Amino acid sequence: MTLSDTSAKASAHGEPAGGEASPGAADTRLQPVPFRGGGFRPVRVRFVGLLVFAVILVLWEAGSQSGVISNLVLPAPSEAFEAFRQLVETGQLWRHLGASLQRLIVGWTLGMSLGVAVGLMIGLFSLARAGLMPLVSALFPIPKIALLPLFVIWFGIGEGSKVATILFGSFFPTVIATSGGVDNVDRSLVRMGQSFGLSWWSIVRKIILPGAMPAILSGARISASIAIILLVAAEMIGAEYGVGAFILMAGSLFATDQLLAGVAILSAMGLIVGWLIGRAERWLLRWRS
Amino acid sequence: MDLLLRGVSHMYGDTQVLRDIDLAVGEGEIVCIIGPSGCGKSTLLRFIGGLERPDAGEVLLAGAPPAGSLNPLTYVFQDFALLPWRTVEGNVSLVLEDHGLSAAERRGIIDDVLARTSLSDFKTALPRQLSGGMKQRVAIARALSVRPAVMLMDEPLSALDSQTRELLMDDLVGLWQRERFTACYVTHNLAEAVRLGHKIVVLSRRPGRIREIVEIDRDLADRQQADAKLDAIQRDLWQLLRDEARAADRELADDTV
Ligand SMILES: Nc1ncnc2c1ncn2[C@@H]1O[C@H](COP(=O)(O)OP(=O)(O)O)[C@@H](O)[C@H]1O
Ligand SMILES: [Mg+2]
Repeated sequence: MTLSDTSAKASAHGEPAGGEASPGAADTRLQPVPFRGGGFRPVRVRFVGLLVFAVILVLWEAGSQSGVISNLVLPAPSEAFEAFRQLVETGQLWRHLGASLQRLIVGWTLGMSLGVAVGLMIGLFSLARAGLMPLVSALFPIPKIALLPLFVIWFGIGEGSKVATILFGSFFPTVIATSGGVDNVDRSLVRMGQSFGLSWWSIVRKIILPGAMPAILSGARISASIAIILLVAAEMIGAEYGVGAFILMAGSLFATDQLLAGVAILSAMGLIVGWLIGRAERWLLRWRS
Repeated sequence: MDLLLRGVSHMYGDTQVLRDIDLAVGEGEIVCIIGPSGCGKSTLLRFIGGLERPDAGEVLLAGAPPAGSLNPLTYVFQDFALLPWRTVEGNVSLVLEDHGLSAAERRGIIDDVLARTSLSDFKTALPRQLSGGMKQRVAIARALSVRPAVMLMDEPLSALDSQTRELLMDDLVGLWQRERFTACYVTHNLAEAVRLGHKIVVLSRRPGRIREIVEIDRDLADRQQADAKLDAIQRDLWQLLRDEARAADRELADDTV
């Protein structure tokens, strides 16, 4: 039954191939199958980023030297570098950088720790979620720098208000990232933990927290950038030392070479923080492929 | 330790999932539970494991768990449920850490249980480096490490390809011969049930009721070769299930409309 079926089909198929009008039969040349599978797969290309930087700097320097770019409009990279060298030589760099880093590290670490704690609570307790999530949503979009005057009243004109600004700025994105990460932890793993009689605390520490770690770390990236932006803003509003204060001072004196040096320091700070978080990711998430 | 179910019934919202389940699982016995998908097999296993409570009826344990049992009712999951951030030994260690054992005792148990499941060479491997079959072996090793009185296995081989499934079935038979563990083994695969079950419980479609309990008295070790009697049992089971499965299949399709 099935045999005759297939043979009938085969002959039905064979018929048009034998016919004269068949387009496939006339052309017997061998051709490779066209390849269509390329692209859409980022690969790591080294040194191109550096090269782009170098080319821009060289063009810029050449433009300044030849007078195409007026010194009033934009100082040459060499001048900015000279300003930076002076900062190092006079020891001012460490003063400013030290003050900034201290604020950044204290504020961001506190904001991250509190954010992870509150995010875990929101992820774990329905009551905390119902009570705190609307609050977080209401406060997250407020630019924290707008609250700086309040923070000055509450925490003093000194370090307190600046640290508080950074703390609040990094707190909210961390809360949102962490609670989202907890929501995304595979429930079957939690079930497994319960079925083996693991304690609640063990489940949180050994299953929920590592499971939420990828989300927490990508939250850390975002909150670190926010922290740097707020750091500079807070220092511009009122600080004696700090990279932000230095840039503001340079700007008000129209010392554009110093201003550029300050901006370059900020950019380097951002790059280094990003690189550190990348290292932390690679180490903490080494279990991922 | 024996396991006893009496009059277990359950509703999820308005749909009755299980009705009047009476069942006894004796010590050293593998009881296979088969039935069409959606008939409440996993639900029944959750009741047995104490992860959920039935609306009516009771799940009872008779006798004391074996000496040194850390977790009398222990699951083996279909999706393995291994922590991807822990190595093979770390995954086994996880379920021992809450029991106040010293590090040396833990290490002893882990080494022993990995040796028994031929996993010693993979001790420091991460789950992502393992094949599906190896992952399930790790999950079985993890289950054995707490010396369960009853192993609750919810389609433990369903996520594996058929060749790996054969290998693991052989492993399970070998393991049972050495350790005589007690198990509730949920599957939808009749061949697995006939190969591993001392008793096969056939559930009807939703609401799941016991349609029949088939006992197979042939020793597990003698079930490898083609066997007319076992084939006949498997055919009978399929006769029983076929109409239920077809009806259940249509039911699900209706639900989604
Ligand atoms: N937590 C739940 N809430 C509501 N309905 C559920 C829940 N768990 C299972 N069900 C329903 O109960 C029925 C039985 O499910 P399940 O025990 O998983 O079946 P099986 O494992 O036999 O395929 C299904 O119709 C399923 O949709
Ligand atoms: Mg199921």
